[in-house]
Amino acid sequence: MSEVPENLKYSASHEWVRAEPDGSVVVGITHHAQDLLGDMVYIELPEVGRALRLNEECAVVESVKAASDVYAPIAGTIEAVNSELTAQPELINTLPYSDGWLFRLRPEMPTALNDLLDADGYRRQLDDDSGA
Amino acid sequence: MPFIPHAADDVAAMLDTIGVASIEALFDEIPAPLQQCDLSAIEPGEPEMVVSRLAAERAAADGVPICFVGAGAYDHHIPAAVWDLVTRGEFYSAYTPYQAEASQGTLQLIYEFQSMIAALTALDVANASLYDGASALAEAVLMALRGNRSNRSRQVLLPRTLHPAYRATVATIVTPQQVELETIDYQRDSGTLDVAALAPYEANPPAALVVPQPNFFGQLEAVDQLTDWAHRHGVLLIAVVNPIALALLKPPGEWGEKGADIACGEGQPLGIPLASGGPYLGFISCREALLRQLPGRLVGRTVDRDGKPGFTLTLQAREQHIRRSRATSNICTNQGLLAAAATIYMALLGSDGLTAVARACHANRNALLTALTEIAQVEAPFSGAGFHEAVIRIGQPADQIIRSLAAQNLIGGYPLANDYPELGEDALLICATESRSAADISRYRDNLQRILERRGPACTRLRPADGL
Repeated sequence: MSEVPENLKYSASHEWVRAEPDGSVVVGITHHAQDLLGDMVYIELPEVGRALRLNEECAVVESVKAASDVYAPIAGTIEAVNSELTAQPELINTLPYSDGWLFRLRPEMPTALNDLLDADGYRRQLDDDSGA
Repeated sequence: MPFIPHAADDVAAMLDTIGVASIEALFDEIPAPLQQCDLSAIEPGEPEMVVSRLAAERAAADGVPICFVGAGAYDHHIPAAVWDLVTRGEFYSAYTPYQAEASQGTLQLIYEFQSMIAALTALDVANASLYDGASALAEAVLMALRGNRSNRSRQVLLPRTLHPAYRATVATIVTPQQVELETIDYQRDSGTLDVAALAPYEANPPAALVVPQPNFFGQLEAVDQLTDWAHRHGVLLIAVVNPIALALLKPPGEWGEKGADIACGEGQPLGIPLASGGPYLGFISCREALLRQLPGRLVGRTVDRDGKPGFTLTLQAREQHIRRSRATSNICTNQGLLAAAATIYMALLGSDGLTAVARACHANRNALLTALTEIAQVEAPFSGAGFHEAVIRIGQPADQIIRSLAAQNLIGGYPLANDYPELGEDALLICATESRSAADISRYRDNLQRILERRGPACTRLRPADGL
Protein backbone atom coordinates (compact mmCIF):
# COMPACT_ATOMS: atom_id res chain seq x y z
CA MET A 1 0.00 0.00 0.00
CA SER A 2 1.37 3.41 -0.96
CA GLU A 3 2.22 5.93 1.72
CA VAL A 4 0.12 9.12 1.51
CA PRO A 5 1.14 11.52 4.34
CA GLU A 6 -1.70 13.61 5.80
CA ASN A 7 0.23 16.90 5.91
CA LEU A 8 0.77 17.18 2.12
CA LYS A 9 -1.26 18.26 -0.91
CA TYR A 10 -1.35 16.21 -4.12
CA SER A 11 -1.89 16.59 -7.86
CA ALA A 12 -3.73 14.10 -10.03
CA SER A 13 -0.43 13.55 -11.92
CA HIS A 14 1.24 12.19 -8.73
CA GLU A 15 3.24 15.20 -7.50
CA TRP A 16 3.13 16.10 -3.81
CA VAL A 17 3.29 19.68 -2.49
CA ARG A 18 4.34 20.82 0.99
CA ALA A 19 3.67 24.39 2.20
CA GLU A 20 6.69 25.96 3.94
CA PRO A 21 6.48 28.59 6.73
CA ASP A 22 8.02 31.24 4.42
CA GLY A 23 5.17 30.87 1.89
CA SER A 24 7.14 28.79 -0.63
CA VAL A 25 6.20 25.19 -1.49
CA VAL A 26 8.33 22.07 -1.90
CA VAL A 27 7.43 19.61 -4.70
CA GLY A 28 8.26 15.94 -5.20
CA ILE A 29 6.71 12.80 -6.66
CA THR A 30 4.61 10.46 -4.56
CA HIS A 31 5.51 7.06 -3.13
CA HIS A 32 3.02 5.59 -5.58
CA ALA A 33 4.68 7.30 -8.57
CA GLN A 34 8.22 6.17 -7.67
CA ASP A 35 6.90 2.65 -7.06
CA LEU A 36 5.39 2.54 -10.56
CA LEU A 37 8.51 3.93 -12.23
CA GLY A 38 11.04 1.74 -10.42
CA ASP A 39 14.71 2.42 -9.67
CA MET A 40 15.63 6.01 -10.56
CA VAL A 41 18.78 6.53 -12.63
CA TYR A 42 18.64 10.19 -13.67
CA ILE A 43 16.75 13.33 -12.74
CA GLU A 44 16.59 16.45 -14.91
CA LEU A 45 15.71 19.52 -12.83
CA PRO A 46 14.52 22.99 -13.91
CA GLU A 47 16.78 26.05 -13.71
CA VAL A 48 16.48 28.25 -10.62
CA GLY A 49 14.57 31.42 -11.51
CA ARG A 50 12.43 29.79 -14.18
CA ALA A 51 8.75 30.81 -14.09
CA LEU A 52 6.33 27.91 -14.48
CA ARG A 53 2.73 27.86 -15.61
CA LEU A 54 0.30 25.46 -13.96
CA ASN A 55 0.84 21.93 -15.35
CA GLU A 56 3.94 22.98 -17.33
CA GLU A 57 6.49 20.20 -17.86
CA CYS A 58 9.40 21.16 -15.64
CA ALA A 59 11.45 18.07 -14.74
CA VAL A 60 12.13 14.56 -16.00
CA VAL A 61 12.53 11.51 -13.78
CA GLU A 62 14.19 8.60 -15.54
CA SER A 63 14.11 5.09 -14.15
CA VAL A 64 15.43 1.81 -15.46
CA LYS A 65 12.00 1.31 -17.03
CA ALA A 66 10.87 4.68 -18.28
CA ALA A 67 11.38 8.42 -18.43
CA SER A 68 8.50 10.48 -17.14
CA ASP A 69 7.75 14.20 -17.13
CA VAL A 70 6.99 16.05 -13.91
CA TYR A 71 4.38 18.82 -14.17
CA ALA A 72 4.18 22.00 -12.13
CA PRO A 73 1.32 21.38 -9.65
CA ILE A 74 1.15 25.14 -8.97
CA ALA A 75 2.16 28.15 -11.06
CA GLY A 76 5.21 29.94 -9.68
CA THR A 77 8.95 30.58 -9.84
CA ILE A 78 11.68 28.02 -9.05
CA GLU A 79 13.64 29.11 -5.96
CA ALA A 80 15.77 26.01 -5.40
CA VAL A 81 16.35 22.52 -6.76
CA ASN A 82 17.54 19.37 -4.98
CA SER A 83 21.05 19.03 -6.41
CA GLU A 84 21.66 15.92 -4.26
CA LEU A 85 19.58 14.02 -6.82
CA THR A 86 22.27 14.43 -9.49
CA ALA A 87 24.57 12.06 -7.61
CA GLN A 88 21.85 10.10 -5.77
CA PRO A 89 18.69 9.80 -7.89
CA GLU A 90 17.70 6.78 -5.77
CA LEU A 91 16.74 9.19 -2.96
CA ILE A 92 13.40 9.49 -4.79
CA ASN A 93 12.86 5.76 -4.24
CA THR A 94 14.07 5.57 -0.67
CA LEU A 95 12.75 8.87 0.74
CA PRO A 96 10.19 10.25 -1.74
CA TYR A 97 8.62 12.64 0.79
CA SER A 98 11.80 14.05 2.38
CA ASP A 99 15.33 13.83 0.92
CA GLY A 100 13.87 12.91 -2.48
CA TRP A 101 12.21 16.33 -3.00
CA LEU A 102 12.63 17.85 -6.49
CA PHE A 103 12.33 21.64 -6.26
CA ARG A 104 11.08 24.58 -4.18
CA LEU A 105 8.64 26.99 -5.81
CA ARG A 106 7.39 30.49 -4.92
CA PRO A 107 3.66 30.29 -5.83
CA GLU A 108 2.20 32.98 -8.03
CA MET A 109 -0.97 32.83 -5.91
CA PRO A 110 -0.81 31.53 -2.29
CA THR A 111 -4.38 30.24 -2.59
CA ALA A 112 -3.42 27.86 -5.42
CA LEU A 113 -2.73 25.13 -2.83
CA ASN A 114 -6.47 24.93 -2.20
CA ASP A 115 -7.03 23.62 -5.73
CA LEU A 116 -4.94 20.50 -5.04
CA LEU A 117 -6.12 17.18 -3.59
CA ASP A 118 -5.74 16.46 0.11
CA ALA A 119 -4.49 13.07 1.34
CA ASP A 120 -7.97 11.56 1.35
CA GLY A 121 -8.70 12.82 -2.15
CA TYR A 122 -5.43 11.44 -3.51
CA ARG A 123 -6.02 8.06 -1.78
CA ARG A 124 -9.48 7.90 -3.40
CA GLN A 125 -7.87 8.57 -6.79
CA LEU A 126 -5.37 5.76 -6.26
CA ASP A 127 -8.21 3.41 -5.27
CA ASP A 128 -10.19 4.42 -8.36
CA ASP A 129 -7.13 3.90 -10.59
CA SER A 130 -6.42 0.45 -9.22
CA GLY A 131 -10.09 -0.54 -9.42
CA ALA A 132 -10.37 0.50 -13.05
CA MET B 1 25.82 -12.36 -52.47
CA PRO B 2 24.61 -15.93 -52.11
CA PHE B 3 22.57 -17.46 -54.92
CA ILE B 4 19.00 -17.98 -53.67
CA PRO B 5 16.82 -19.74 -56.26
CA HIS B 6 13.14 -18.91 -56.47
CA ALA B 7 11.18 -20.90 -59.03
CA ALA B 8 7.73 -19.79 -60.19
CA ASP B 9 5.92 -22.08 -57.71
CA ASP B 10 8.19 -20.77 -54.85
CA VAL B 11 7.16 -17.22 -55.75
CA ALA B 12 3.49 -18.23 -55.98
CA ALA B 13 3.64 -19.93 -52.57
CA MET B 14 5.24 -16.86 -50.97
CA LEU B 15 2.72 -14.46 -52.53
CA ASP B 16 -0.11 -16.76 -51.47
CA THR B 17 1.17 -16.84 -47.87
CA ILE B 18 1.13 -13.06 -47.55
CA GLY B 19 -2.06 -12.64 -49.58
CA VAL B 20 -0.64 -10.54 -52.41
CA ALA B 21 -1.63 -11.12 -56.03
CA SER B 22 1.65 -10.35 -57.80
CA ILE B 23 5.23 -9.15 -57.25
CA GLU B 24 4.26 -5.82 -58.84
CA ALA B 25 1.52 -5.34 -56.23
CA LEU B 26 4.23 -5.18 -53.55
CA PHE B 27 5.40 -1.89 -55.10
CA ASP B 28 1.94 -0.29 -55.34
CA GLU B 29 2.94 2.45 -52.93
CA ILE B 30 5.52 3.84 -55.35
CA PRO B 31 3.78 6.07 -57.93
CA ALA B 32 3.97 4.49 -61.39
CA PRO B 33 5.96 7.35 -63.02
CA LEU B 34 8.72 6.83 -60.44
CA GLN B 35 9.11 3.11 -61.06
CA GLN B 36 12.23 2.39 -63.11
CA CYS B 37 11.77 -1.26 -63.91
CA ASP B 38 11.73 -0.96 -67.67
CA LEU B 39 14.45 -3.20 -69.16
CA SER B 40 13.02 -3.21 -72.68
CA ALA B 41 16.44 -2.44 -74.18
CA ILE B 42 17.40 -6.01 -73.35
CA GLU B 43 15.49 -8.56 -75.38
CA PRO B 44 13.66 -11.20 -73.35
CA GLY B 45 15.61 -14.44 -73.33
CA GLU B 46 19.03 -12.91 -74.10
CA PRO B 47 21.74 -15.27 -72.89
CA GLU B 48 23.73 -14.35 -69.78
CA MET B 49 26.92 -14.18 -71.89
CA VAL B 50 25.44 -11.45 -74.11
CA VAL B 51 23.94 -9.44 -71.22
CA SER B 52 27.18 -9.60 -69.19
CA ARG B 53 29.16 -8.29 -72.13
CA LEU B 54 26.70 -5.44 -72.73
CA ALA B 55 26.84 -4.45 -69.03
CA ALA B 56 30.65 -4.59 -68.99
CA GLU B 57 30.84 -2.35 -72.09
CA ARG B 58 28.48 0.19 -70.53
CA ALA B 59 30.49 0.20 -67.29
CA ALA B 60 33.75 0.65 -69.19
CA ALA B 61 32.27 3.71 -70.94
CA ASP B 62 32.39 5.52 -67.57
CA GLY B 63 36.18 5.22 -67.66
CA VAL B 64 38.39 5.21 -64.59
CA PRO B 65 38.81 8.93 -64.04
CA ILE B 66 41.27 10.43 -61.57
CA CYS B 67 39.35 12.28 -58.91
CA PHE B 68 40.29 15.79 -57.81
CA VAL B 69 36.89 16.62 -56.34
CA GLY B 70 36.07 16.48 -52.64
CA ALA B 71 33.29 18.82 -51.47
CA GLY B 72 32.14 16.48 -48.71
CA ALA B 73 33.01 13.05 -50.16
CA TYR B 74 36.60 11.82 -50.46
CA ASP B 75 38.46 9.33 -52.63
CA HIS B 76 40.63 7.51 -50.09
CA HIS B 77 42.43 4.20 -50.40
CA ILE B 78 40.44 1.41 -48.71
CA PRO B 79 42.46 -1.63 -47.55
CA ALA B 80 41.05 -4.78 -49.18
CA ALA B 81 40.49 -6.38 -45.76
CA VAL B 82 37.83 -3.79 -44.82
CA TRP B 83 35.03 -4.94 -47.10
CA ASP B 84 36.14 -8.56 -47.04
CA LEU B 85 35.41 -8.50 -43.29
CA VAL B 86 32.33 -6.26 -43.41
CA THR B 87 30.54 -8.48 -45.93
CA ARG B 88 30.88 -11.57 -43.74
CA GLY B 89 27.47 -12.89 -42.72
CA GLU B 90 28.05 -11.90 -39.08
CA PHE B 91 28.21 -8.19 -39.95
CA TYR B 92 26.17 -7.98 -43.12
CA SER B 93 23.15 -6.04 -41.87
CA ALA B 94 22.39 -2.34 -41.71
CA TYR B 95 20.31 -2.86 -38.57
CA THR B 96 20.72 -3.17 -34.86
CA PRO B 97 19.47 -6.70 -34.16
CA TYR B 98 15.99 -6.94 -32.65
CA GLN B 99 17.26 -9.17 -29.85
CA ALA B 100 20.26 -6.92 -29.53
CA GLU B 101 21.90 -8.61 -26.56
CA ALA B 102 21.89 -11.94 -28.38
CA SER B 103 24.37 -10.45 -30.88
CA GLN B 104 27.34 -9.65 -28.69
CA GLY B 105 29.71 -9.37 -31.67
CA THR B 106 27.59 -6.66 -33.33
CA LEU B 107 27.23 -4.79 -30.03
CA GLN B 108 30.96 -4.98 -29.36
CA LEU B 109 31.67 -3.59 -32.82
CA ILE B 110 29.25 -0.68 -32.30
CA TYR B 111 30.77 -0.05 -28.86
CA GLU B 112 34.22 0.11 -30.45
CA PHE B 113 32.92 2.47 -33.16
CA GLN B 114 31.53 4.76 -30.42
CA SER B 115 34.81 4.59 -28.49
CA MET B 116 36.88 5.45 -31.59
CA ILE B 117 34.65 8.40 -32.53
CA ALA B 118 34.74 9.68 -28.93
CA ALA B 119 38.55 9.38 -28.94
CA LEU B 120 38.94 11.07 -32.36
CA THR B 121 36.77 14.01 -31.31
CA ALA B 122 38.08 14.09 -27.70
CA LEU B 123 34.53 14.13 -26.33
CA ASP B 124 32.92 11.90 -23.69
CA VAL B 125 30.37 9.87 -25.61
CA ALA B 126 29.37 8.99 -29.20
CA ASN B 127 26.30 7.15 -30.50
CA ALA B 128 25.99 4.11 -32.77
CA SER B 129 25.87 6.35 -35.91
CA LEU B 130 23.38 8.43 -37.90
CA TYR B 131 22.37 8.50 -41.57
CA ASP B 132 24.96 10.94 -42.93
CA GLY B 133 26.96 14.01 -42.01
CA ALA B 134 24.27 16.52 -42.99
CA SER B 135 21.47 14.84 -41.00
CA ALA B 136 23.90 14.34 -38.10
CA LEU B 137 24.30 18.13 -38.03
CA ALA B 138 20.51 18.58 -38.00
CA GLU B 139 20.36 16.21 -35.01
CA ALA B 140 23.17 18.17 -33.32
CA VAL B 141 21.21 21.41 -33.82
CA LEU B 142 18.08 19.89 -32.25
CA MET B 143 20.22 18.50 -29.39
CA ALA B 144 21.66 21.93 -28.72
CA LEU B 145 18.20 23.50 -28.62
CA ARG B 146 17.05 20.93 -26.07
CA GLY B 147 20.28 20.96 -24.12
CA ASN B 148 21.07 24.65 -23.77
CA ARG B 149 19.68 25.14 -20.27
CA SER B 150 20.84 28.72 -19.79
CA ASN B 151 19.49 30.05 -23.07
CA ARG B 152 16.01 29.42 -24.45
CA SER B 153 16.72 31.00 -27.85
CA ARG B 154 15.45 29.12 -30.94
CA GLN B 155 18.14 30.69 -33.13
CA VAL B 156 21.18 28.82 -34.49
CA LEU B 157 24.08 30.37 -36.42
CA LEU B 158 25.30 28.58 -39.56
CA PRO B 159 28.37 30.06 -41.28
CA ARG B 160 28.42 30.22 -45.08
CA THR B 161 31.70 28.29 -44.92
CA LEU B 162 29.62 25.24 -43.92
CA HIS B 163 28.86 22.78 -46.77
CA PRO B 164 25.88 24.18 -48.78
CA ALA B 165 24.16 20.77 -48.79
CA TYR B 166 24.48 20.59 -45.01
CA ARG B 167 22.87 24.04 -44.68
CA ALA B 168 20.01 22.96 -46.95
CA THR B 169 19.51 19.66 -45.10
CA VAL B 170 19.51 21.32 -41.69
CA ALA B 171 16.92 23.85 -42.93
CA THR B 172 14.70 21.04 -44.26
CA ILE B 173 14.85 19.03 -41.03
CA VAL B 174 14.72 21.68 -38.30
CA THR B 175 12.66 24.56 -39.75
CA PRO B 176 9.30 22.85 -38.99
CA GLN B 177 10.37 22.83 -35.31
CA GLN B 178 10.32 26.63 -35.09
CA VAL B 179 14.09 27.00 -35.40
CA GLU B 180 15.53 30.19 -36.85
CA LEU B 181 18.68 29.58 -38.89
CA GLU B 182 20.91 32.61 -39.33
CA THR B 183 23.65 32.60 -41.96
CA ILE B 184 27.00 34.24 -41.15
CA ASP B 185 29.19 35.51 -44.00
CA TYR B 186 32.92 34.83 -44.29
CA GLN B 187 36.01 36.99 -44.79
CA ARG B 188 36.83 37.37 -48.49
CA ASP B 189 40.61 37.23 -48.03
CA SER B 190 40.80 34.12 -45.85
CA GLY B 191 37.62 32.19 -46.69
CA THR B 192 36.95 31.80 -42.96
CA LEU B 193 34.53 33.05 -40.33
CA ASP B 194 35.55 36.23 -38.49
CA VAL B 195 34.75 36.24 -34.78
CA ALA B 196 33.96 39.97 -35.13
CA ALA B 197 31.06 39.05 -37.47
CA LEU B 198 29.36 37.48 -34.42
CA ALA B 199 29.20 40.75 -32.45
CA PRO B 200 25.61 41.57 -33.59
CA TYR B 201 24.43 38.38 -31.86
CA GLU B 202 25.86 39.20 -28.44
CA ALA B 203 22.81 41.17 -27.23
CA ASN B 204 20.45 38.21 -27.81
CA PRO B 205 22.70 35.17 -28.02
CA PRO B 206 21.58 32.20 -30.13
CA ALA B 207 21.28 28.67 -28.74
CA ALA B 208 24.19 27.36 -30.80
CA LEU B 209 26.98 28.23 -33.23
CA VAL B 210 28.09 25.70 -35.87
CA VAL B 211 31.78 25.67 -36.84
CA PRO B 212 33.10 23.47 -39.69
CA GLN B 213 36.76 22.33 -39.52
CA PRO B 214 38.13 22.25 -42.14
CA ASN B 215 35.42 24.37 -43.73
CA PHE B 216 33.81 23.79 -47.15
CA PHE B 217 36.67 25.71 -48.85
CA GLY B 218 39.24 23.50 -47.09
CA GLN B 219 40.30 26.49 -44.98
CA LEU B 220 40.97 26.18 -41.26
CA GLU B 221 38.68 28.20 -38.98
CA ALA B 222 39.86 29.97 -35.80
CA VAL B 223 38.18 27.30 -33.71
CA ASP B 224 39.61 28.35 -30.32
CA GLN B 225 38.42 31.95 -30.62
CA LEU B 226 35.01 30.92 -31.97
CA THR B 227 34.49 28.35 -29.19
CA ASP B 228 35.44 30.81 -26.48
CA TRP B 229 33.11 33.44 -27.99
CA ALA B 230 30.27 30.92 -27.88
CA HIS B 231 30.86 29.95 -24.27
CA ARG B 232 31.26 33.57 -23.13
CA HIS B 233 27.73 34.22 -24.40
CA GLY B 234 25.97 31.05 -23.22
CA VAL B 235 25.99 29.58 -26.74
CA LEU B 236 26.64 25.87 -27.39
CA LEU B 237 29.37 25.11 -29.93
CA ILE B 238 28.69 22.42 -32.57
CA ALA B 239 31.78 21.23 -34.47
CA VAL B 240 31.41 19.73 -37.98
CA VAL B 241 34.61 17.82 -38.57
CA ASN B 242 36.33 15.54 -41.08
CA PRO B 243 37.44 12.35 -39.30
CA ILE B 244 40.68 11.98 -41.30
CA ALA B 245 41.63 15.60 -40.58
CA LEU B 246 41.17 14.93 -36.86
CA ALA B 247 44.30 12.75 -36.94
CA LEU B 248 46.27 16.01 -37.41
CA LEU B 249 44.09 18.86 -36.21
CA LYS B 250 43.15 19.72 -32.64
CA PRO B 251 40.03 17.64 -31.76
CA PRO B 252 36.77 19.50 -30.96
CA GLY B 253 36.90 18.49 -27.27
CA GLU B 254 40.05 20.62 -26.96
CA TRP B 255 38.87 23.73 -28.84
CA GLY B 256 39.20 26.90 -26.77
CA GLU B 257 39.17 26.84 -23.00
CA LYS B 258 36.25 24.44 -22.54
CA GLY B 259 36.04 22.49 -25.80
CA ALA B 260 33.15 22.09 -28.24
CA ASP B 261 29.88 20.78 -26.79
CA ILE B 262 28.87 18.56 -29.72
CA ALA B 263 30.87 17.20 -32.68
CA CYS B 264 29.43 15.59 -35.78
CA GLY B 265 30.38 14.82 -39.34
CA GLU B 266 30.53 12.49 -42.30
CA GLY B 267 32.13 9.08 -41.76
CA GLN B 268 32.48 8.22 -45.48
CA PRO B 269 36.25 8.91 -45.53
CA LEU B 270 36.70 5.99 -43.09
CA GLY B 271 36.70 3.07 -45.49
CA ILE B 272 33.50 3.75 -47.44
CA PRO B 273 33.83 4.01 -51.24
CA LEU B 274 32.42 6.76 -53.44
CA ALA B 275 29.40 5.19 -55.12
CA SER B 276 27.10 7.58 -57.00
CA GLY B 277 26.24 9.58 -53.90
CA GLY B 278 25.97 7.08 -51.11
CA PRO B 279 25.35 5.41 -48.77
CA TYR B 280 26.99 7.64 -46.20
CA LEU B 281 27.57 7.44 -42.45
CA GLY B 282 26.85 10.13 -39.88
CA PHE B 283 28.65 10.31 -36.56
CA ILE B 284 27.96 12.42 -33.48
CA SER B 285 29.60 12.82 -30.08
CA CYS B 286 29.14 15.15 -27.14
CA ARG B 287 30.12 16.10 -23.62
CA GLU B 288 28.60 13.96 -20.86
CA ALA B 289 26.35 16.83 -19.76
CA LEU B 290 24.43 16.46 -23.05
CA LEU B 291 24.37 12.64 -22.99
CA ARG B 292 20.62 12.37 -22.47
CA GLN B 293 19.96 14.63 -25.44
CA LEU B 294 21.79 12.29 -27.86
CA PRO B 295 19.63 10.76 -30.61
CA GLY B 296 19.78 7.13 -31.72
CA ARG B 297 21.20 4.00 -30.18
CA LEU B 298 23.94 3.70 -27.57
CA VAL B 299 25.82 0.55 -26.69
CA GLY B 300 27.35 0.26 -23.23
CA ARG B 301 29.75 -2.18 -21.64
CA THR B 302 28.61 -4.06 -18.56
CA VAL B 303 29.00 -7.37 -16.72
CA ASP B 304 26.55 -10.25 -16.65
CA ARG B 305 25.38 -11.98 -13.46
CA ASP B 306 28.51 -14.14 -13.43
CA GLY B 307 30.69 -11.04 -13.62
CA LYS B 308 31.71 -11.65 -17.24
CA PRO B 309 32.05 -8.56 -19.46
CA GLY B 310 29.36 -8.02 -22.06
CA PHE B 311 27.70 -5.35 -24.18
CA THR B 312 24.16 -3.99 -24.04
CA LEU B 313 21.96 -1.27 -25.49
CA THR B 314 21.77 1.44 -22.85
CA LEU B 315 20.12 4.76 -21.96
CA GLN B 316 17.09 3.72 -23.98
CA ALA B 317 14.75 6.05 -22.07
CA ARG B 318 15.76 8.68 -24.70
CA GLU B 319 14.34 6.54 -27.50
CA GLN B 320 10.94 6.39 -29.14
CA HIS B 321 9.95 2.88 -27.99
CA ILE B 322 10.08 4.19 -24.40
CA ARG B 323 9.82 7.97 -24.57
CA ARG B 324 7.24 8.01 -27.39
CA SER B 325 6.61 11.49 -28.79
CA ARG B 326 9.14 13.09 -26.43
CA ALA B 327 12.02 10.92 -27.70
CA THR B 328 15.25 12.72 -28.63
CA SER B 329 14.84 11.60 -32.25
CA ASN B 330 12.84 9.29 -34.48
CA ILE B 331 16.06 7.53 -35.47
CA CYS B 332 15.92 3.95 -34.27
CA THR B 333 18.27 1.87 -36.34
CA ASN B 334 21.54 3.19 -37.75
CA GLN B 335 24.12 2.75 -40.48
CA GLY B 336 25.39 -0.44 -38.86
CA LEU B 337 27.06 -1.83 -41.97
CA LEU B 338 28.97 1.37 -42.69
CA ALA B 339 29.82 1.85 -39.02
CA ALA B 340 31.33 -1.66 -39.19
CA ALA B 341 33.41 -0.63 -42.22
CA ALA B 342 34.58 2.56 -40.46
CA THR B 343 35.48 0.62 -37.30
CA ILE B 344 37.46 -1.99 -39.20
CA TYR B 345 39.17 0.74 -41.27
CA MET B 346 40.24 2.63 -38.13
CA ALA B 347 41.30 -0.58 -36.39
CA LEU B 348 43.42 -1.65 -39.37
CA LEU B 349 45.16 1.72 -39.69
CA GLY B 350 45.53 2.47 -36.00
CA SER B 351 46.27 5.98 -34.83
CA ASP B 352 49.71 6.05 -36.53
CA GLY B 353 48.22 4.87 -39.80
CA LEU B 354 45.42 7.42 -39.67
CA THR B 355 47.96 10.18 -38.96
CA ALA B 356 50.06 9.02 -41.93
CA VAL B 357 46.96 9.19 -44.19
CA ALA B 358 46.16 12.69 -42.91
CA ARG B 359 49.76 13.88 -43.44
CA ALA B 360 49.78 12.51 -46.99
CA CYS B 361 46.42 14.20 -47.71
CA HIS B 362 47.73 17.50 -46.40
CA ALA B 363 51.00 17.25 -48.38
CA ASN B 364 49.13 16.35 -51.60
CA ARG B 365 46.63 19.17 -51.19
CA ASN B 366 49.51 21.63 -50.83
CA ALA B 367 51.38 20.06 -53.77
CA LEU B 368 48.26 20.30 -55.95
CA LEU B 369 47.65 23.92 -55.02
CA THR B 370 51.31 24.81 -55.66
CA ALA B 371 51.36 22.98 -59.00
CA LEU B 372 48.14 24.56 -60.31
CA THR B 373 48.98 28.10 -59.19
CA GLU B 374 52.20 27.82 -61.24
CA ILE B 375 49.90 28.25 -64.26
CA ALA B 376 49.77 31.95 -65.16
CA GLN B 377 45.95 32.21 -65.27
CA VAL B 378 45.43 30.38 -61.95
CA GLU B 379 45.41 32.06 -58.56
CA ALA B 380 44.37 31.16 -55.01
CA PRO B 381 41.97 33.78 -53.57
CA PHE B 382 42.32 32.67 -49.94
CA SER B 383 45.38 32.81 -47.72
CA GLY B 384 45.95 30.63 -44.68
CA ALA B 385 46.28 26.94 -43.90
CA GLY B 386 43.97 24.29 -45.31
CA PHE B 387 43.26 20.59 -45.42
CA HIS B 388 41.98 18.28 -48.20
CA GLU B 389 40.86 21.03 -50.55
CA ALA B 390 41.45 24.56 -51.75
CA VAL B 391 39.74 27.23 -53.83
CA ILE B 392 41.38 28.40 -57.06
CA ARG B 393 40.30 30.90 -59.70
CA ILE B 394 41.14 29.85 -63.24
CA GLY B 395 40.12 32.92 -65.28
CA GLN B 396 37.52 31.01 -67.32
CA PRO B 397 34.12 29.50 -66.47
CA ALA B 398 34.84 26.57 -64.16
CA ASP B 399 31.91 24.43 -65.31
CA GLN B 400 33.20 24.49 -68.91
CA ILE B 401 36.80 23.80 -67.95
CA ILE B 402 35.87 20.74 -65.88
CA ARG B 403 34.03 19.34 -68.90
CA SER B 404 37.22 19.70 -70.93
CA LEU B 405 39.18 18.02 -68.13
CA ALA B 406 36.63 15.19 -67.99
CA ALA B 407 37.46 14.39 -71.62
CA GLN B 408 41.01 13.74 -70.38
CA ASN B 409 39.70 11.36 -67.68
CA LEU B 410 40.18 13.96 -64.95
CA ILE B 411 37.46 14.97 -62.51
CA GLY B 412 38.71 18.49 -62.03
CA GLY B 413 36.83 19.78 -59.02
CA TYR B 414 33.61 21.39 -57.83
CA PRO B 415 32.56 24.70 -59.50
CA LEU B 416 31.57 27.14 -56.77
CA ALA B 417 29.55 29.73 -58.73
CA ASN B 418 26.10 28.28 -57.94
CA ASP B 419 26.64 28.31 -54.18
CA TYR B 420 29.06 31.25 -53.95
CA PRO B 421 28.40 33.60 -56.90
CA GLU B 422 30.56 36.30 -55.28
CA LEU B 423 33.66 34.15 -55.87
CA GLY B 424 33.17 34.35 -59.62
CA GLU B 425 32.21 31.86 -62.33
CA ASP B 426 35.85 30.80 -62.54
CA ALA B 427 36.04 29.63 -58.89
CA LEU B 428 36.81 25.93 -58.50
CA LEU B 429 37.14 23.79 -55.37
CA ILE B 430 39.93 21.24 -55.83
CA CYS B 431 40.97 18.32 -53.65
CA ALA B 432 43.78 15.79 -53.34
CA THR B 433 43.76 12.87 -50.91
CA GLU B 434 46.58 10.43 -50.11
CA SER B 435 45.58 8.41 -53.19
CA ARG B 436 46.71 11.12 -55.64
CA SER B 437 50.26 10.54 -56.84
CA ALA B 438 52.80 13.14 -58.00
CA ALA B 439 52.17 11.89 -61.55
CA ASP B 440 48.39 12.45 -61.14
CA ILE B 441 49.03 16.01 -59.98
CA SER B 442 51.41 16.73 -62.90
CA ARG B 443 48.88 15.29 -65.31
CA TYR B 444 46.17 17.60 -63.93
CA ARG B 445 48.46 20.65 -64.11
CA ASP B 446 49.60 19.90 -67.67
CA ASN B 447 46.08 19.33 -68.94
CA LEU B 448 44.65 22.38 -67.18
CA GLN B 449 47.45 24.57 -68.53
CA ARG B 450 46.93 23.28 -72.08
CA ILE B 451 43.14 23.75 -71.91
CA LEU B 452 43.37 27.27 -70.48
CA GLU B 453 45.95 28.34 -73.10
CA ARG B 454 43.99 26.81 -75.97
CA ARG B 455 40.72 28.48 -75.01
CA GLY B 456 42.25 31.83 -74.06
CA PRO B 457 40.32 34.30 -71.91
CA ALA B 458 39.14 36.48 -74.81
CA CYS B 459 36.88 33.93 -76.45
CA THR B 460 35.15 32.48 -73.40
CA ARG B 461 32.27 34.85 -72.92
CA LEU B 462 31.42 34.91 -76.62
CA ARG B 463 31.11 31.16 -76.79
CA PRO B 464 27.69 29.81 -75.89
CA ALA B 465 27.46 27.17 -73.18
CA ASP B 466 27.55 23.59 -74.42
CA GLY B 467 24.22 22.33 -75.63
CA LEU B 468 22.98 25.68 -76.96
